[in-house]
Amino acid sequence: MVMKPQAKCELQGVSYIYEDGVQALRDVNLRIFPKQITTIFGPAGGGKSTLLRLLNRLNDLIPGRCLEGRVLLDGEDLYAPGLDVHALRRRVGMVFATPVPLPMSIRRNLTYGPELAGVRDRARLDELVERSLQAAALWDEVSDRLDEPASALSGGQQQRLCLARTLALEPDVILLDEPTSGLDPISTAKVEASLQELKKRYTIIIVPHSVQQAARVADHAVFLLQGELVEEGLGGELFTNPSDQRTEGYVTGRFG
Amino acid sequence: MKLSSQLRQQIGFALLSVVTILVVLPILWVVGTIVAQGAPAIVTIDGWVIDVSWEFIFEMPRDGMRAGGVWPAIVGTLLLTLGTAVFAVPVGVAVAIYLAEYAQDTLLTRIIRLAIINLAGVPSVVYGLFGLGLFVIFLQFGTSILAGSLTLAIMTLPVIISTAEEALRAVPQSFRIVSFSLGGTRWQTIRRTVLPQALPGILTGVILGLERAAGETAPILFTVAAFFLPRLPHSIFDQTMALPYHLFVISTQVPGMPVQIQYGTALVLLIFVLSMNILAAVMRSRFRAKRQW
Repeated sequence: MVMKPQAKCELQGVSYIYEDGVQALRDVNLRIFPKQITTIFGPAGGGKSTLLRLLNRLNDLIPGRCLEGRVLLDGEDLYAPGLDVHALRRRVGMVFATPVPLPMSIRRNLTYGPELAGVRDRARLDELVERSLQAAALWDEVSDRLDEPASALSGGQQQRLCLARTLALEPDVILLDEPTSGLDPISTAKVEASLQELKKRYTIIIVPHSVQQAARVADHAVFLLQGELVEEGLGGELFTNPSDQRTEGYVTGRFG
Repeated sequence: MKLSSQLRQQIGFALLSVVTILVVLPILWVVGTIVAQGAPAIVTIDGWVIDVSWEFIFEMPRDGMRAGGVWPAIVGTLLLTLGTAVFAVPVGVAVAIYLAEYAQDTLLTRIIRLAIINLAGVPSVVYGLFGLGLFVIFLQFGTSILAGSLTLAIMTLPVIISTAEEALRAVPQSFRIVSFSLGGTRWQTIRRTVLPQALPGILTGVILGLERAAGETAPILFTVAAFFLPRLPHSIFDQTMALPYHLFVISTQVPGMPVQIQYGTALVLLIFVLSMNILAAVMRSRFRAKRQW
C-alpha cells in the first residue's frame, strides 16, 4: 500500500458566495501539500484571492458571506466554532499585492506580529528580526538602519519587508497574493529566489501575477476559472501538456 | 449679448475675490479694535520702551471691578477648560472609537449619530439650563466648577466625537487588514496602529472643542460663574469667575466701567483662545510632516 502524503491544507467541496450574490468559488476540492510551492492561477475574477483568504479567515472581515464545504489545516476544520482566529493567522501568514508597511520603523514592523502574540524578550525579538530579514534577502540592505521608517524603503524592499514580517510570525503556511505585481524584474527575481529557499521550511501558496511566473515557480499548479477548479497538476506538466482545453487556451494565451 | 469665456472667467474671479475680502475684513476689524483698545490695559508703549503691566493679569479686581486685574477670571477659565477636558476627552474619544471601529451600520448606531449631530446644533443656553437642572439642582453639586465643567463637557462632546471619528476613519483600511493578518485582535489593531495614526487629528478636534468651551458664556451662566469673587476657588465645589462671563458683566452690568478694562479683558480672552488655536495648527502641521501615508 502506498502512503499518500499528508495534505497541509485541504478544501472539501468549498463554495463561496459574497453578499452581492457573486459566486467566487464552486465546489472546489483541493489538497495542498507541505514544503512545496502551490500556484493558484487563472484570469481575474476566478476566485484566487478568495481561496487564499479562506485559508487564514481574512474573509471574516467581509459581512454577509456564505461558505459551504470544509476548509482544513492539518486536518483541523478552520471554520469550527471556537477556533482561535488570531492564532490561525499567525500559523498562516499572508503577503498582499501592494506592500503595506505599517507606519513605524523597519524593526517594529517585524516585531509587530510576535509582540501581539506575547513575545517580550528583546534578544528573541532581535533574533527574529535578523532571521526573517535574512530569509527575505533584505538583511544586507537594511541591517544598519532598522530604526528608520519602513515607508522610506523602495517598493521592492517594502515587499520583501512584508514577506519578512510574515516570516517573523514563524508560520506554517505562507499565502502570497500577487506579491510581485508592482515590482520591477530584479526585485521580482529576488522574491522568487527567496521563495525557492523558503519552500524547504514552509508550505507556500502563491497567486502569481502572470502565467509565466506561475510556470517559473510552481511545484503544484492549480487553474481556477470563474470559481471552478478546472485542472491541477505538477508544475511542469500543467504548462507544457495541459489536458483541459480551457487550461491550454489560457496558458498558451488564447484568452486571459 | 455673449461674453467671451475669458471675460466671464475674469468676472467670476473678481466676484469671488470681493466676497472673500468681505468675509475677512470684519474679522480683521474686530480683532484690530480689540487689540487697539485693549492693549493699553496690558502694555504701555513709551517711545521704544514697551512696558507690560502685569497687575492687570495677575491681580484681583478692585473697586467694583473698575480697577485691578482679571486674575481670578483667568484662573477660572483655565480650571473650567481643564475640567471640561477631563470629562469630555475620554468619553468623546471612546465613543468615536466605538462608532468608527466597532459599530455596524444598524438602526441604533444611526440614531446615535443623529443624536450627536443634533447635540452639536443645540443652543448653548439650553446646555446651561440642562446643567442647572441636572448637575446643580438634581445632583446637588451646587453652583460649582464641577457642575460648570460637566455642562461644558456635554456641550463639547459632539465636536470631539465627530472630529475624532473622522480622524479614525482617515487611517487607511489597509493598515487594519495587515494588522489582522499578523494575528492582531481588533483592540490590538486599534491601540497599536490606528490610534497612534489618528492621534494628531483627534488632538486637533479636542483643542477646537475645548477652545469653544473656554469662550462660552451661556453654559456657565447658571452653573458656575460668579459675578464678583475676588479670590481664587478653593475646590471643585466652589464658584469661580470666568473670562467670558466677566466680560459680559463688565460690559453691561457695571456702570462707569473704563473702556480700557473692558477691551483689555476681551483681549485676554482672545489671546487665550487664539493660542489654543495656534497650538492646534502647529501640532497638525508637525504631525502631518511626520506622517508616513
